[in-house]
Amino acid sequence: MISASQSLVLIAIMAGITIMLRFIPFLLFSKNTPKPIVYLGEVLPYSIVAMLVIYCLKDIDFLGKAHGIPEITAVVLVAVLHKWKHNTLLSVLSGTICYMLLVQFVFA
Amino acid sequence: MNKATVKYAFLKSLPVMAGYTALGTGFGVLLSSKGYSFWWAILMSITIYAGSMQYVGVNLLAGGASVISTALMTLMVNARHIFYGISMIDSYRDMGWRKWYAIFGLTDETYSIVCSDSDLPPGVNKKNYIFILSLMNQFYWIFGSFFGAFLGNTLSFNSMGIDFSMTALFVVIFVEQWEKNKQHLPAILGLAVSTVCLIVFGADNFLIPSMTGNVIGLFLLRNKMRKEGNCL
Repeated sequence: MISASQSLVLIAIMAGITIMLRFIPFLLFSKNTPKPIVYLGEVLPYSIVAMLVIYCLKDIDFLGKAHGIPEITAVVLVAVLHKWKHNTLLSVLSGTICYMLLVQFVFA
Repeated sequence: MNKATVKYAFLKSLPVMAGYTALGTGFGVLLSSKGYSFWWAILMSITIYAGSMQYVGVNLLAGGASVISTALMTLMVNARHIFYGISMIDSYRDMGWRKWYAIFGLTDETYSIVCSDSDLPPGVNKKNYIFILSLMNQFYWIFGSFFGAFLGNTLSFNSMGIDFSMTALFVVIFVEQWEKNKQHLPAILGLAVSTVCLIVFGADNFLIPSMTGNVIGLFLLRNKMRKEGNCL
């Protein structure tokens, strides 16, 4: 665990940049928004979420003893459940519990 | 602040109450599993107030991320807020002092509610409505975070694997975006570029090349994208 002061610095950075991003349009683009920015606004969120899914799965060890089976099983469960029921809480909770059971008991 | 406005804001905030309390609780439990007390959860939910970023933030704190990678990660994860702001410039105009808080509190959920609200019932003051709605939503989020961290600090259980809640959250968002938008090219590009970068640069160094690659790729594919500008 990092120290309290290091944690505070990281939190301040996350907060500062988030606030900056939220204020930028109101401070800069109040008249007309540059076209490339508008285009990025339409498409970037989709690429970024896809990237974040990969980021979450970056530490899978396919050569380890579990061969990535817990991650793959739980991701498929979440995706199928969400497509079926469209209930965020249900999908997140079921996927997490499934994953915890797999890594704590099946592949322990 | 009249009664009709407060009541309308409260009714509109109900779905968020459920979602934020639950996701906030998840965040609190996750943060406490890394050894942080509930004060940290409250601090993060007051100052950062961005759901997915706070889940990623737990990862950054736990892994002792550098200042630079924390800054870049925040930029990428929250870049979409620039675009929320762009479409709210008119709605938030002339809100006076309430504007500053409303802009700070412009999360995905608050955005989507304000965005879908074109006709307000009579007697509802729009400026006050947006302000109160934003405030209520953040309150739910702070409460959920506190509750989760409190639970996590109090109950003792084997939390191994609880980090998967972040993965599950992003898979859910991915599925929702996939269904909402007929244009799947940006999502596929994101998966492809990030996977290639992960293989080439490794788990610790792939984020920056991947972010750059995605932006370049999106501009290269600009002509192939069908125009579907909307209030996401």
